[in-house]
Amino acid sequence: MRFSEAWLREFINPPLSTDQLVGQLTMAGLEVDGIEAVAGQFSGVVIGEVLAVSPHPQADRLRVCKVSAGVTEPLTIVCGAPNVEIGMKAPLALEGGVLPDGTKISKSSLRGVESFGMLCSAKELGMEDSQDGLMALPFDAPVGVDLREYLQLNDVAIEIDLTPNRADCLSVEGIAREVALLNGIDRNPPTFRATEASCEDTFPVTVDAPADCPRYLGRLIKNLDRNAATPLWMRERLRRSGLRSLGPLVDVTNYVLLELGQPLHAFDAAKLDGGIRVRHGQPGEKLLLLNGQEITLTEDVLVIADEKRPLALAGVMGGDGSSVDDTTTEIFLECAFFTPATIMGKARRYGLSTDSSHRFERGVDPQLQHRAMERASQLLLEIAGGLAGPITETLSETHLPSRHPILLRESRVEKMLGLAIPRNLLTGLLTRLGLEVEELADGWRTTPPGFRFDLAIEADLIEEIGRVYGYENIPKRNPASRMELQAVSEAVLDIERVKDLLVDRGYQEAITYSFVEPGMLAKIEPDLEPIALRNPISSDLAVMRTGLWCGLLDAALKNINRQQTRVRLFEAGLRFTRAEGKIIQEKSLAGLALGSGQDEQWGEKTRPVDFFDMKSDLEAILRLAGHENRVIFSSNKHPALHPGQSAELLLDGQHLGWLGMLHPKLEKALGFETRVFLFEMDQHRLLNRNIPAFKPLSKFPQVRRDIAIIADTQVSAFALRQCVEKLSPLIRQVLIFDVYLGTGIENGKKSVALGLVLQDDDETLTDAKIDGVMAVVLARLAEEFNATLRV
Amino acid sequence: MDGILTQARQQLAAAETLADLDQLRVHYIGKKGVFTERMKELGKLPPEKRKEAGQAINVSRDSFQSALDERKLWLEERVLEMRLAGEAIDVTLPGRGQGGGGLHPVTLTLRRICKLFGNVGFEVVEGPEIEDDYHNFEALNIPASHPARAMHDTFYFDEHTLLRTHTSPVQVRVMESRDAPLRIIAPGRVYRCDSDLTHTPMFHQVEGFLVDETVSFADLKGILYEFLRLFFEKDIQVRFRPSYFPFTEPSAEVDIECVICGGGGCRVCKQSGWLEVMGCGMIHPMVFAQVAIDPERWSGFAFGLGVERMAMLRYGINDLRLFFENDLRFLHQFR
Repeated sequence: MRFSEAWLREFINPPLSTDQLVGQLTMAGLEVDGIEAVAGQFSGVVIGEVLAVSPHPQADRLRVCKVSAGVTEPLTIVCGAPNVEIGMKAPLALEGGVLPDGTKISKSSLRGVESFGMLCSAKELGMEDSQDGLMALPFDAPVGVDLREYLQLNDVAIEIDLTPNRADCLSVEGIAREVALLNGIDRNPPTFRATEASCEDTFPVTVDAPADCPRYLGRLIKNLDRNAATPLWMRERLRRSGLRSLGPLVDVTNYVLLELGQPLHAFDAAKLDGGIRVRHGQPGEKLLLLNGQEITLTEDVLVIADEKRPLALAGVMGGDGSSVDDTTTEIFLECAFFTPATIMGKARRYGLSTDSSHRFERGVDPQLQHRAMERASQLLLEIAGGLAGPITETLSETHLPSRHPILLRESRVEKMLGLAIPRNLLTGLLTRLGLEVEELADGWRTTPPGFRFDLAIEADLIEEIGRVYGYENIPKRNPASRMELQAVSEAVLDIERVKDLLVDRGYQEAITYSFVEPGMLAKIEPDLEPIALRNPISSDLAVMRTGLWCGLLDAALKNINRQQTRVRLFEAGLRFTRAEGKIIQEKSLAGLALGSGQDEQWGEKTRPVDFFDMKSDLEAILRLAGHENRVIFSSNKHPALHPGQSAELLLDGQHLGWLGMLHPKLEKALGFETRVFLFEMDQHRLLNRNIPAFKPLSKFPQVRRDIAIIADTQVSAFALRQCVEKLSPLIRQVLIFDVYLGTGIENGKKSVALGLVLQDDDETLTDAKIDGVMAVVLARLAEEFNATLRV
Repeated sequence: MDGILTQARQQLAAAETLADLDQLRVHYIGKKGVFTERMKELGKLPPEKRKEAGQAINVSRDSFQSALDERKLWLEERVLEMRLAGEAIDVTLPGRGQGGGGLHPVTLTLRRICKLFGNVGFEVVEGPEIEDDYHNFEALNIPASHPARAMHDTFYFDEHTLLRTHTSPVQVRVMESRDAPLRIIAPGRVYRCDSDLTHTPMFHQVEGFLVDETVSFADLKGILYEFLRLFFEKDIQVRFRPSYFPFTEPSAEVDIECVICGGGGCRVCKQSGWLEVMGCGMIHPMVFAQVAIDPERWSGFAFGLGVERMAMLRYGINDLRLFFENDLRFLHQFR
């Protein structure tokens, strides 16, 4: 809502400066979003009258004018504006004057003719953006009077960002009401006289949908002067409120909308075919709107129609076929109350937002229509003459919003605000709000006024009390606290601890969008069908991620483009999949590493990061959760990973996540020129851990025996370890401390060095016993893997 | 004897290594050493001369021994000195190993917020990001076509499924499943279909609420006032300005004195001297009604804040879009 301060002050003029007024509105919940001067800063500009116009001897486009500035002899002014003509009144910047752009007016010679000032356009005075010739002033404008004074240009346009509940403030009158309330002073409502019917003509109106349109006022006005122009004062007020002048018929309806908050619509009566009918749209029916947009109606949309066709989208926008234009001399003026629920969402459905729909969907005072109709009639007749018929009203009283009394308890006010306000103060405050107030033993019975759609329950009134009393006058208090211990689960590892670990191991946390580019996602996780947004913000953010790799890969690529050669990122967040039609949202943890394993540093050869670097990061995480002995890195294949360097993490046999090198095909397709390693784990499974359970310590020494065996290269280290570990309860740990392929080892074979730690809980191990275990180990390795002792 | 000793001393003084020294030791006092041999030859002397000669040999040998020890000590020190000199390093060279990474500024900010509230018993709860219309809107007193929906540019999957536009649905979910009293903080990602200089389609919010028997607007003012001063570790001005949210009543926007200009007016605060940082209010009776909490017995407040905005003000970040570009040059600045 944008309005002129001077207009507001005509209705109410509190003893406040502009800054104070604006501060007061903001602190009352009418947030002032901006203040703008209504004209540029200029001085020395008066109303001039053009007395004579003659051609410039040297320039075709310039004219030499004699202009009266009132007091002195007429001045010679050279002017380039095409619309300059004898008798015209226009702003005249005198010698010594200063224009908004800083131009100082002085006597100057224009192509050999002396000019003693400058005739100005609205643009040159900072009042309009477009250049449209000289600013034409009314013929009765007093010559020589300072223009700022004449047009009240020491005024500002105030822009208020209104919350949806305050429809009552969508008019200058509404804001005046609010200012009166806040300052405890009376206001001067706009005064005007009702227009007596000067002809008998009416137009038939039928309301088929009384619940949607409980009140419909119509009036026929004929013999309008088609040459009438909107007076400057009205144009100025519209301009300062952010509206363009569109001719007197439209301007008047806009003016009343701004002044009183009631939208009106003027139909060109000559374009109507039969009586007006307020009805629902018929499915498939078309309506060409004023803005040139053709919409298709549905049954839940309310329209104003004549006998033949829909004319307007009720409460939203008029139609092209029945709109007023330069030739209109007879109008049917509509002033209605539409039920907010009927209008709500309709404009948005068609991609529209109009001053009318904005007000109707938030609620227009259902008692306002007569006053608004009279105000519009009076203004119209003043400006364009004409004969007005009587007002016709189609009313369905039962469908008008009814105002139920609201009970307000004094104790409740104190409980909610945390402050006891004296009773008499509260009574006064409620009364000033425009409520009918009846005092009860424990509070009040109140009935809110018609313009306050937002007041319906006790809490609404408490809010109003707090707001008007002033939030700044409510004390600050520390909430009374209950000392209640809260459960702390030891069986769940905090993800923040895992993040810290990754940070300590050189990873940087990233946060990427949860929606990703579908094409890239399809390459990385082709087997999962992503959940698509119906209205994505762009095609590269169109589907929900099914895993976190897409975002990390994209971030890594962007960093490479910014000359980073080493990238280590991780992210924790949700992944979104669908299972049996249901949306699954699971917390995931993923990481990416590329470039050198460590930062380039002296004394160490720089080597690229590899599978085992990342595996060690994962093992560190698994150790945090106590999972190190429960997780298997199984050599399974993932479509995004190198088939020879990928592992599925299985926790107690259940899927936990993936680790591996980005598939070389994807590496190339995505534009990487380096190897990329990735991991992803399910947070829920990862973080659920076992609480440590103590095992007694052995009192007897442990013994280590190392063996090297020759086995086929396909035999996995894990399989060897798993096999050996189970062979005897005395084997407490199996280490793999070397793997060797090459000279001295047969092709297709490898040497694996195993370190076995043995211990008994009951006695010191003897060599004989140890040898016995080792013999079993070798026999079993030979049997299961065809492995032999390396000699 | 003296000649031998003199020569031995010269040899000791010339010995440059411990090995040379050991050779001299063997040569003079080893099993077949010069002094040892002389000692053995004592028997060949007449008995009356033996004692004198023996003493002379002993004195010379002892003298040799002490010279040897002295030289050995000196050489050992030399060796140590050489080792120390040889092992001296440039301690200004950087250390080796894995460098550290860092946490995202949003995480740093979230941790800080959760800790401040966690310290007085607020429990951290999370909710789904793909939400249903009911929890995101209906239950929060925002029915379909409500003008307040225009304030939320919502991403939809279908008519009833959407990306949550705020963290307030967590409030509903908690109140549905638990009984009052409640003290909850709900951080997380939220989404709005809006992208420009000052909006990203995804951002983070923290929702907090407290439901108990005597909670009032004064309590809300008290806790948020303290929170903001503690968060910024600064004695800043805070104001509560009436506003409107369908799910709270009374509602307020919380402004802080602009931390960039100190309230004097600048580009960041649009010359107002104030920055809007939070929305809050008393939980609306309609919301309580949806979750079957008796509003006569219980009252509560709720608040929501934008995490990126708090991080920007805390760390002086001047561009919202940097948060999700994951530029390492940006991320590395936060630890």
